[in-house]
Amino acid sequence: MSANGWLQIFIYALALLLLTRPLGGFLYRVFEGEKTFLSPLLGPVERGFYRLAGVDAQREQGWLGYTLAMLVFNLAGFLLLYGLLRLQNVLPLNPQGLPAVSPHLAFNTAVSFVTNTNWQSYGGESTLSYLSQMLGLTTQNFVSAATGMAVALAVVRGFVRRKADTLGNFWVDLTRATLYVLLPLAILSALALVALGVPQNFAQYTEATTLEGAQQLIAQGPVASQVAIKQLGSNGGGFFNVNSAHPFENPNALSNFLESLYLILIAAALTNTFGRMVKDERQGWALFGAMAIVLFAGIAISYWAESQGNPAVAAMGVDGPNLEGKETRFGIAQSVIWAGATTAASNGSVNSMHDSYTPIGGLVQMLNIQLGEAIFGGVGAGLYGMLVYAILTVFIAGLMVGRTPEYLGKKIEAREVKLTMLAVLCLPLVLLGFTAYASVSPTMLKGLANAGPHGFSEMLYAFTSASGNNGSAFAGLTANAPLWNTFLGITMLVGRFAMIVPLLAVAGSLAAKPVVAPSLGTFPTNSGLFVGLLIGVLLIVGGLTYFPALALGPIVEQLALHAGQSY
Amino acid sequence: MREHFRPALALLALFSLLCGVAYPLAVTGIAQLAFPAQAAGSLIEQEGKVIGSELIGQNFSQPGYFHGRPSAAGANGYDASVSSGSNLGPSSKALQDRIAASVAVLKAENPGAPVPAELVYASASGLDPDIAPATAQFQIPRIAVARGLSAMQLQALIDRHTRPRFIGLIGEPAVNVLALNRALDASAAAP
Repeated sequence: MSANGWLQIFIYALALLLLTRPLGGFLYRVFEGEKTFLSPLLGPVERGFYRLAGVDAQREQGWLGYTLAMLVFNLAGFLLLYGLLRLQNVLPLNPQGLPAVSPHLAFNTAVSFVTNTNWQSYGGESTLSYLSQMLGLTTQNFVSAATGMAVALAVVRGFVRRKADTLGNFWVDLTRATLYVLLPLAILSALALVALGVPQNFAQYTEATTLEGAQQLIAQGPVASQVAIKQLGSNGGGFFNVNSAHPFENPNALSNFLESLYLILIAAALTNTFGRMVKDERQGWALFGAMAIVLFAGIAISYWAESQGNPAVAAMGVDGPNLEGKETRFGIAQSVIWAGATTAASNGSVNSMHDSYTPIGGLVQMLNIQLGEAIFGGVGAGLYGMLVYAILTVFIAGLMVGRTPEYLGKKIEAREVKLTMLAVLCLPLVLLGFTAYASVSPTMLKGLANAGPHGFSEMLYAFTSASGNNGSAFAGLTANAPLWNTFLGITMLVGRFAMIVPLLAVAGSLAAKPVVAPSLGTFPTNSGLFVGLLIGVLLIVGGLTYFPALALGPIVEQLALHAGQSY
Repeated sequence: MREHFRPALALLALFSLLCGVAYPLAVTGIAQLAFPAQAAGSLIEQEGKVIGSELIGQNFSQPGYFHGRPSAAGANGYDASVSSGSNLGPSSKALQDRIAASVAVLKAENPGAPVPAELVYASASGLDPDIAPATAQFQIPRIAVARGLSAMQLQALIDRHTRPRFIGLIGEPAVNVLALNRALDASAAAP
């Protein structure tokens, strides 16, 4: 650990804090349908899209209509992507002549990109044609992120509206999120990345003769355009196998700093947008505060753990931090910032190999995801994820004082709490259930790269990542096999839609309620006390659910490693 | 339900064209015009032949070159068509055996000097182009013998190729191994 390292963490936190409010304000204006500086350019495009799609932008949908529209759109996206992957061998833009993707891998990949997970059972440069990467994956990187934002908006409207039977128009929210937010940010970011060295071409892979006379085949492609949106849209699916650890995806310290901000920026800004929508920005800062405290506590712990290094290697007389799976240009500080942010923000891109972290570093990553991807979380998904915990928090606070809980002026009653618990309980069911099955299935155990408790961690991480729609991996695991691909695909679907659908139902029922005026007995949800309780509920629910599983993986490994045991 | 079919299909088609085709093509077009070298992968040509990319590490094993990080990309390392880390966990026996073997070699090469962690730990991408300045310094005795250069000349070369942190704060100081080795070739006869 060094003063410079802590300073790098501080600068990152400061940049995030400073950007949250301006971007949050911009998002608010976009989603309220107000004019922005982009309107003269994009307004006609937006209206053209509605005309071609037969969308009446003024007509709003109830929670069920909104949910169905979202589901139909996602199903169509899944089918298109599946088809593209299965047929890539006969479609154009495949200069390396890569074969069609197998059915189970295509299923897994299509689910993965539609659910904003971007779990990758494959290595991009050796599996996917340029067409699959662009038309297939890049498109979903935009619209799956826009779907998340749309759902978050609908949920927040449930709190804002009084005695209303609609939550907005899904098509309008989807279109505005893509056109006004994701596309302009992605274009700017992609060009900045090219300037810093990220390639953007359609060339064949380059054959080079190295200084020592060996042949080196250098993978190429439209990298910058995909990297920009996979960071911004909390998607995380890299162009190359090693994602943003690849020098072509992330060539230097500045590109790394920008990319690690992109991956959390919109999620952070949405807390401010939320505050503006409920007419009290401090409500947004309360959520931001809880998220930031947990995020940076995790980063600090893994900075300490990675700086301590590997005791087994220290015993061989090599001092220094644990650099296995980390790049020289990033060092420990930029690696742990990214690892913390990407697991918390449901992004899943990596700039270091999580599989090779110390047990404590790996534990922080898993716990970040297991807390429900609510610590900033995915674009949109993090906000509605945190609102789940906010509802639970006021419910528990209500139980303590024996009063019907309220949040943002809405009474939280039995129906809302039941639906919220449904969303909370579905994740551990698939996550722990499938991990348990995998750990006794000889077929699935063949996929492990590491033995002992670390092997268990590889499986636990995989299903954790899939259920949280994160997409990062303990990448030693070879998941490109029928059972792995299928089970992970199912886990991603449950993790996405078993969360969204009950929450939209909650929003529908909240929207129909009147607003109760705050009284002396109302628990203020923009206070430090609420932030503390919220963090407590987050850690208790997440921690208690997953502690037994974590004890079998990283915790045992940490004890064994310090006892000199290897596997 | 049916009322959603047309908007779903139409918007999917429109966004596929806009985000999946127009966006990457527009970025490609602007990038090729504004930043042609970077867009093509920062390739280095020498006498009309591509010898690599500024950003991608290469395998160096000869004693007269600076060596980069251990690489898990491809069978022989530094295969830039299959990037990969080792993905070995800290308690892995395979990792510890590999490191023990590297430590033995490095200790024999420069007895007494502390072994730099970077030369025993594999990078994340397997294509890491950089090493820390201290890691380069560790290799000076070997290269001085192989090239017949003085330690001072080599130290000056390392200093000249050391890239500081961004604005002095972010990232880590690093030396690009390929650039350093090309400078080495330029300053003395190849080994």
